[in-house]
Amino acid sequence: MDTAGLRDLGEHVATSLSDYVFAAEVTRDELTVDARADQVVRVLKFLKDDPRCRFEQLTDLCGVDYPERDPRFDVVYHLLSLSHNCRLRLKVGVNEDQPVPSATEIYPSAGWWERETWDLYGIYFAGNPDLRRLLTDYGFDGHPLRKDFPLTGYVELRYDSEQKRVVYEPVKLTQEFRRFDFLSPWEGASYPLPGDEKADEAGEDGRES
Amino acid sequence: MGVESTTVGLPGKPLAAGEAQDQALALVSDELNDKGFVVAQLDSVINWARTGSLWPMTFGLACCAVEFMQTIASRYDIDRIGMVPRASPRQSDVMIVAGTLCNKMAPAFRRVYDQMPEPRYVISMGSCANGGGYYHYSYSVVRGCDRVVPVDVYVPGCPPTAEALLYGIMQLQRKIRREGTIAR
Repeated sequence: MDTAGLRDLGEHVATSLSDYVFAAEVTRDELTVDARADQVVRVLKFLKDDPRCRFEQLTDLCGVDYPERDPRFDVVYHLLSLSHNCRLRLKVGVNEDQPVPSATEIYPSAGWWERETWDLYGIYFAGNPDLRRLLTDYGFDGHPLRKDFPLTGYVELRYDSEQKRVVYEPVKLTQEFRRFDFLSPWEGASYPLPGDEKADEAGEDGRES
Repeated sequence: MGVESTTVGLPGKPLAAGEAQDQALALVSDELNDKGFVVAQLDSVINWARTGSLWPMTFGLACCAVEFMQTIASRYDIDRIGMVPRASPRQSDVMIVAGTLCNKMAPAFRRVYDQMPEPRYVISMGSCANGGGYYHYSYSVVRGCDRVVPVDVYVPGCPPTAEALLYGIMQLQRKIRREGTIAR
């Protein structure tokens, strides 16, 4: 579907669901729809059943964390319509304490994606029949893809030959994580090179004298 | 007793093909025909047998497993040094840890190691298994599989080439030969 078609579709969705949809816009030939989190099931049902939409497939469901924003998280649904050969992105904003209605009733494939999003972001999906952690370790603490989760986590693991089992201990690093700046000093880097901090001052002095 | 008095050439050095080798072989086969047995040190024979059939446990965890497969496959063909990949830890002598060991996998990994019969060896293959590698600072990766099991040979690389792994295997064989003990 071309850009004009997508724009028409976005307008159709926005007018039909004017109470639940905030905005529908086309950027880079992709249609993005913003909607209310508590009504997401209704929106998805419409997008699946409406003859102009027919988004039969949920191709992805994931979370995004914006720590400074209110609401903090986005839940993003990517939909595919095989009938009309087009795609749609649905975004809903939620806070930590706000449950999102589960999409499993409409798209059964949402089950594990909601588990993953719950695991990694701590976004709660009300009505998911099996909302357990999916990827992280058994008994894992925290939600690792949140921006405030430390990179190295809280625990590390080793085998204890006395207890004959794997034990967890607080993380102890011999060397802290270092963030390297890979910008080339001849191209993008806007900072003085290490050791060159005083070079500019000296250069000005040299020119003056 | 045995072939003690018929040594030709230096002990421990292989003879070059030719007259001298033919003569030595003839002597040995004469002795065998005569008495029907040869004498050797038991630990040498056992270590020779061990190095000649190191059955590896297939423990591919990530992309290193692909290089491990290359080592098994026709070009490098570890079958010619008696290595047959086994799917069961109870039938294997050496575990080749090929890839990133995650926290969630670690208890299962240790259990598989515990199920291997003695003597057992571990080859740690690739940066991730050696020390966490690329994922050293990750919240979910064990910083080296030697935190969970004792490792005999570390093969560096990301991933190591099939040649590098083969070299690591040969180093392990050398280590077994050099230890020269039956009990481990």
